[in-house]
Amino acid sequence: MTATGTRTGRRMLGVHAAAVYGFFYAPILLLVVFSFSGDRLVGQWGGFTLDWYREFLDNEQLTAFHDGAIWTSLKVAAVSTVVSVVLGTLAALSLERFRFRGQRVFDALLYLPIIIPDVTMGIMMLIFFSEAITFADTYLGFEFAKGLQTIIISHIAFNISFVSVVVRARLAGMDDRLEEAAMDLYATRWQTFTHVTFPQILPGILGGALLALTLSLDDVVVTQFSAGPGATTLPVFVFSLIRKGVTPMINAVSVVMLVASLVLIAMMLLADGLRAEADETA
Amino acid sequence: MTAAVELTGITKRFGDVVAVDAVDLVIDDGQFFAMLGPSGCGKTTTLRMIAGLDFPTEGSLKIFGDEVGTLPPNKRPVNTVFQSYALFPHMNVLDNVAFGLRMQGVNKGDARAKAAQAIDLVRLAGMETRKPSQMSGGQQQRVALARALVNEPKVLLLDEPLGALDLKLRQEMQGELKRLQQELGVSFVFVTHDQEEALTMSDRIAVMDQGRILQVGSPEEIYEHPANRFVADFIGQTNLLEGTVEDSSTVCLANGARVQASSDRPVGTAVAVSLRPERAHIAATEAVEDRPSVEGVVDRVTYLGNARVYTVRLDWMEVEVREENRPGAALHEPGAPVSIWWDPGAVWVVGDE
Repeated sequence: MTATGTRTGRRMLGVHAAAVYGFFYAPILLLVVFSFSGDRLVGQWGGFTLDWYREFLDNEQLTAFHDGAIWTSLKVAAVSTVVSVVLGTLAALSLERFRFRGQRVFDALLYLPIIIPDVTMGIMMLIFFSEAITFADTYLGFEFAKGLQTIIISHIAFNISFVSVVVRARLAGMDDRLEEAAMDLYATRWQTFTHVTFPQILPGILGGALLALTLSLDDVVVTQFSAGPGATTLPVFVFSLIRKGVTPMINAVSVVMLVASLVLIAMMLLADGLRAEADETA
Repeated sequence: MTAAVELTGITKRFGDVVAVDAVDLVIDDGQFFAMLGPSGCGKTTTLRMIAGLDFPTEGSLKIFGDEVGTLPPNKRPVNTVFQSYALFPHMNVLDNVAFGLRMQGVNKGDARAKAAQAIDLVRLAGMETRKPSQMSGGQQQRVALARALVNEPKVLLLDEPLGALDLKLRQEMQGELKRLQQELGVSFVFVTHDQEEALTMSDRIAVMDQGRILQVGSPEEIYEHPANRFVADFIGQTNLLEGTVEDSSTVCLANGARVQASSDRPVGTAVAVSLRPERAHIAATEAVEDRPSVEGVVDRVTYLGNARVYTVRLDWMEVEVREENRPGAALHEPGAPVSIWWDPGAVWVVGDE
């Protein structure tokens, strides 16, 4: 094919693109459409209605303040994001800026949660928490059960890796001379960090935070293994609904999750834009 | 008078690599001082040690009499202009220049006012609100200068400051740097691998190679009386005619010819007679009278516009002779037998050490 392509070639490319987008978006479109359908059966159009959204909002298990699945999801996402951003950024800084004993091992281990399958991670968490609960009960003399805290801990565990990968990429791309210049210009180490390093890696930290937030809000597998009877996140709740039989309320819930994800993606793109702008000026 | 910078036995090792090897160096106040050498010679490491960005492994480093060996950079009265400028991309020009003052605790208003003056000094007035990315290389260079100078450092360090600029801009900035240094009367210590730059700008030059200082002197001293073979070869162009010392005023060249050249080295020492291309003359063989000379055949002629460089093949080496392009100058074609001659005082004897 020539650089511009033959007429048939270009037509085929168009068809291909249409097919790809069809595969991507047709299911989403159907999901959205049937969330407004008046029929109890998913996939049967029964006239426009907002009933499913109403049912969704009225569902105590989902929307109850504090212990509804939505609130649990938001709390888990918020706390695990904040903690993992701090720890992940510190890990990235230590790996990029300092040389210390055992660095290579730490480096390799840090990325393990990205590589191991979710199910394995989930089972690890399950065993870990049950051991920890027994240990605390037997030796430390206090009791705790699986619930919100264990979900948060498990989400922090996998989010740290993702945050540190993103922040580290940003740090690696930053000119070391900037920090030297700051110190040459009378900045202490801390001032160098706050005035130069931090603003430079901020887009990376924001990107990492949004990634962590999204991963936390979306996670089903790890959460299922670390959740207890008292606390369920939104995706896990949806998953359990399916077992009871699918109603269009699931569509409504899914649409809400979809919109939330889209908002996050938009924010991520915005952060990316900031990053590109900072790169331009680097 | 106290020296601005004094290095005594300064050594820097990175693992097994000796980057700077027992360097002694005194830089007087108010001088434009160049550290010149090929890449990897240790000049930048030396500069970074003065700045406090690297710490010496051994030795004493004083700035105006105060030992600063392991003081961090923010505790030293020196500022650096980095090769890559290292301007803070997220700050505009004014905030970049005011940064050092702000870190020293000067309030925002005063810092900005002084920064504006410094920006004026480097002739960038009106560009205060620009971001570094919106400026040309030459302008960024000036911002980097202003950002360092605004702190009124006792010594300004410049790491290959003009390396990234094109020729025309570089020449302009050379003049600018010289002007600033004279106006401010502060020592400028700058690192370069460009010998021409070092010669034109400096009061004194230290020539470095392999972590050692080979010679410190004025541009004239270094060009006219290089301390050894390396310096003679590195500064400007030269022909090194190999030979041995025969007596205090004669060197016996490799082909057996004796030439007049004074040296105080012991008889029999292997030396080279450094003959600068512009100090050699070329003539048809029979025209040379009673002067030191060698004979050869023109191999090629390079036309430079203002001069011609003849590459002449001798029995044992090639010699370059530069003839100014004056009207009536005799031309020599490749293949012509010629003599290269010089005035007895035009050559300089160098050894390995």
